[in-house]
Amino acid sequence: MADDLKIPLLEELEKGPWPSFVTDIKSVAGKSEMAADLLRQLEKSYEDKRGYWKHGGLVGVRGYGGGVIGRYSALPEEFPGVSHFHTVRVNQPSGWVYTADALNGIMDIWDEHGSGLTNMHGSTGDMVLLGTRTEELEPTFLALTQKGWDLGGSGSDMRTPSCCIGPARCEYACFDTLALTYNLTQEYQDELHRPMFNYKFKIKVSGCPNDCTAAIARSDMAIIGIWKDDIKVNQEEFAKYVDSGMDVQGIVVDMCPTSCISVDGKTIDIDDSNCVKCMHCINKMPKALAVGDEKGAAIALGAKAPIVDGALFGSIMVPFIELEEPYEELHDLIERIWEFWDEHGKARERIGEFIERVTLARFCEEVGLDPIPQMVTHPRENPYIFYEEYFAEEGEGSEE
Amino acid sequence: MAVSVEQLADEMFAIVEESAGKRKLKAGDLQKAMAAKHGDEVSRKDVKAGIKLLIDSGRCVYGYFGGSSIELPRTEGAANE
Repeated sequence: MADDLKIPLLEELEKGPWPSFVTDIKSVAGKSEMAADLLRQLEKSYEDKRGYWKHGGLVGVRGYGGGVIGRYSALPEEFPGVSHFHTVRVNQPSGWVYTADALNGIMDIWDEHGSGLTNMHGSTGDMVLLGTRTEELEPTFLALTQKGWDLGGSGSDMRTPSCCIGPARCEYACFDTLALTYNLTQEYQDELHRPMFNYKFKIKVSGCPNDCTAAIARSDMAIIGIWKDDIKVNQEEFAKYVDSGMDVQGIVVDMCPTSCISVDGKTIDIDDSNCVKCMHCINKMPKALAVGDEKGAAIALGAKAPIVDGALFGSIMVPFIELEEPYEELHDLIERIWEFWDEHGKARERIGEFIERVTLARFCEEVGLDPIPQMVTHPRENPYIFYEEYFAEEGEGSEE
Repeated sequence: MAVSVEQLADEMFAIVEESAGKRKLKAGDLQKAMAAKHGDEVSRKDVKAGIKLLIDSGRCVYGYFGGSSIELPRTEGAANE
C-alpha cells in the first residue's frame, strides 16, 4: 500500500462482512500510482459529496465506436495518476469459460498498459479493464487482438451478447446457449462495434427458465430456453425423495404456482397443460424431474433498467422458437426488429419504451409477429390487440 | 447502385462538417438525410458502408454523449494533457 494513502472514509467500507473493493484496490496501490490516486480521488469525493470524473466521449480505437468508455479526472494536478482513467470492455467468451493461461494473458497486457484493475464481469458480461491513458488504448487493443480477444460493445450499439454456461455444465439447457451467443457475436460484428442504433440493444441468452443471466429483467432481447412437451418424470427417483424424508408436499406441491402437481404416496402426477414452467419442482427434485424433449426458446423484448423511463421487464413476443444452426429464423426476426426500431425510434429510446409508444399491436404488425394470448394483460380488459374483424362485423351490423 | 459508396461517404462527410459544433449527428440522421436525397437509389446497407468508409479512413470518428454520434476528429474539451 502507498505510504501516504489516507482514506479513512473509504476504509469504513472495509468493516462490513462482505469483500470490499477498497481492500482490493489498496492491495495494488503500492505498485500502481493509478490505483493509489483512484482511492485518493474517491476519498475526496466522499469528503466533498460530489464526483470528480469528466466524460471522455471521443476516446476509442480506430474503426470502433464501442468498447472504450472515456474518463478524465476533473482534478488532474491533484490526482495525476487518474488524469486519464479510461475503461476498456473486452468481449468475454460465451459462458465465461476461460483457461488460466487466457486470464494470465489478459492480466499481463493490463499490467503493462493499464492500472491492473479489473471488474470481472460488467453487467453486460464483458471483462472490464479499469483505467488507462489515451495513448495506451491502441497498444492495448493491438495486444488484445494478437491474443485473440476483441473489444465488447458500448454506446448505441448491440452490446456484447452474453449467456449462461448452458449445456457445457447444465442438464437444464434447452439449447446450446454458447453456440448461439458465439453465432450472434460473429453475425453482428458491425452492429457490435459500429454504433448505428437509437440506443443500446442488449441480448442475453439463458438455457432454461431459471434464467441465470437475468435476461428477462436486463436485456432488450431475452432468449430463454423452454420446452413444449411434458416434464419428464422418474417415479423411482421421486420415491427416493419421499423416502429420504423430504417434505414434498410443503416444498414442492404447495409451492407450485399453478397447483398442477399432485402426489399420491410415492407417485407424482403433473398436469402439464397447466404448467407454466417455473422450474421450481425440477430445481427441488432434479433426479426425479427433468425438462421435456421438445426444446427451444421463448423470446421476450423490452427489459431495461431505469435510466430514461422506469425499469421494464421483458414481455414475451415469441412463445417458442427452435434454435438450431444456422439460426436463420432468429436472425431474420432480429433484423426486422432493428429495422423498424431504427426507422421510427427516438434518440435514447430503448426497444421496450419504443414498443410502449408505438403500441404493441403496431409493433407486432410491422415486425411480423403473431399476437398471442400472453400479450393480453388482463382478461376482459382492453388488450393490446385490436380485433379488426370484430369491429368490421360490428360496423356492418349497425348499418343494417 | 446508381450512387457509389464513395459518393455517399463524401456527401455524409459534408453534412457532418456542416453540423460540427452545432448538432451531434447519429448514424440514423445520416441514413435519413441520404434517403431524403437519393430515395430508393440507396439502401440502408449502402449508407452503412459509406459510414464505415468515413470511420475507417479516419475522416470521422464515433463520439458518445448520452448516445453515439459521428463527428469530426478533434481534441475534446474534457481531455487532460
